[in-house]
Amino acid sequence: MTPTTQTSALEALEIELLLEGIHRHYGLDFRGYAYPSLRRRILNRVSSEKLDTISALTNRVLHDPECMQRLLFGLTVNVTSMFRDTAFYKVFRSKVVPLLRTYPFIRIWHAGCATGEEVYSLAILLTEDALYDRCRIYATDIDEVVIQQAKTGIFPLGAMRDYTANYIRAGGTGSFSSYYSANYDNAVLRSSLKTNLVFSTHNLVSDARFNDFHVILCRNVMIYFDKALQDRVHALFHESLLRLGFLGLGKRESMRFTPHEDRYEAVDAAEKLFRKVA
Amino acid sequence: MVFEVLVMGASSGGHQALSILLAALPAPFPLPMVLVQHRLGEDSDALATSLASRSPHPVLDVEDKYPITPGQVHLAPAGYHLLLGPDGFQLSTAPPVHYSRPSIDVLFESAAHIHGPGVLAVILTGSSADGAEGAAAIVRNGGTLLVQYPASAESSIMPAAALAAVPTALALSLPDLAVHIASLCPDSSSAARPSPLQKELP
Ligand SMILES: C[S@@+](CC[C@H](N)C(=O)[O-])C[C@H]1O[C@@H](n2cnc3c(N)ncnc32)[C@H](O)[C@@H]1O
Repeated sequence: MTPTTQTSALEALEIELLLEGIHRHYGLDFRGYAYPSLRRRILNRVSSEKLDTISALTNRVLHDPECMQRLLFGLTVNVTSMFRDTAFYKVFRSKVVPLLRTYPFIRIWHAGCATGEEVYSLAILLTEDALYDRCRIYATDIDEVVIQQAKTGIFPLGAMRDYTANYIRAGGTGSFSSYYSANYDNAVLRSSLKTNLVFSTHNLVSDARFNDFHVILCRNVMIYFDKALQDRVHALFHESLLRLGFLGLGKRESMRFTPHEDRYEAVDAAEKLFRKVA
Repeated sequence: MVFEVLVMGASSGGHQALSILLAALPAPFPLPMVLVQHRLGEDSDALATSLASRSPHPVLDVEDKYPITPGQVHLAPAGYHLLLGPDGFQLSTAPPVHYSRPSIDVLFESAAHIHGPGVLAVILTGSSADGAEGAAAIVRNGGTLLVQYPASAESSIMPAAALAAVPTALALSLPDLAVHIASLCPDSSSAARPSPLQKELP
């Protein structure tokens, strides 16, 4: 669809130039990101920086790496929480864990892990199912800053009340408070949860496959990509998954509109858990 | 004016208002209908099921990149913003706007950008200011705004805020809204001609 007025045609051009500049100067490629939210996030940044135009933002971003980091923070949307979509964890427990038990060693890739809340949630689940010792979880994100934060395993204490409720609804079998200790306003997660975690930056747009996995989780990341980029990332996941490996997407993501649909069977259609069959 | 999409926003009291409005719109409806009803956290498909059972139109919670389909009511899922784009729908987990995710402003602004004068927008009952900015964006881009008459709404805050942002918008009670929407949309049963609602551009 074409922009409706001359102003929005100019705006589209400015966005294109901004993304081109970021790509050429910083090596980060946002050109395949879904336009509606990309545009919204860029316009938000223009106004937070108290600028008048996207071109002015381009100027600042190219000359000021800190401004680039602020923009990156907006563009990538790092919002996450522990045991979000509690039903997903329940289903993972009942339908995936029993099959994972048949492997002596299990590699899991958590792509787009943001500040790590989901990763620690999975570590807790696997601990309770006595499987964590056999697992290694590779948790990656494009954003170095969130990866550093994820590594600390420290979260705001204020969030723990909600997370406790989520944990119970997700079928947790222990006591959630035994997984962290309070330190001022922080909840410091038990260090045993960290033992089998590997955090690293990885850009799904430009970085290659780096291992073979039994499970890949990539939730609420590809919603920010356009269809062409989604298809490319699906190809990366497909080649990174072992045969009969599991792929978990976000609650409102779908395989239905991708060319990879036929290569998976649904393990649980509602919770978007799939298994590679071809 | 040939409209391309009908977007609607509602908050408290919206479930009831939407049931009445959707039931009164002719089926099959010629446009895609896109709907943000404020809802809490992680709830299920209950809203879609309930609305579908009381309306002649198919209602579903949107999934990412779902195509925008005429005759269908597309509902913003709980916990996600819903945006319109060239690829169909896009979802986002960006922070709440006006304490709401989904937010009406987010949907309306994206609709205004992509469909310009092709947007017919409706603000219904609610106790939030969400939707006012988005409504203004729709009118700025040549689209048309209708508002539930505040005194007739279960909660008047949201329609009043939309009217404050767009004082020229037509405010109607629910039954009149349904009749008017039907008259504005081609191929719908009612014979009335579109009324001259065109807004002046700034
Ligand atoms: C909304 S968060 C999802 C967090 C978590 N998976 C969840 O569902 O709660 C999206 C994450 O994707 C990351 N991301 C965006 N583009 C990426 C890319 N090209 N490669 C890797 N990660 C990316 C962002 O930095 C952000 O942390």
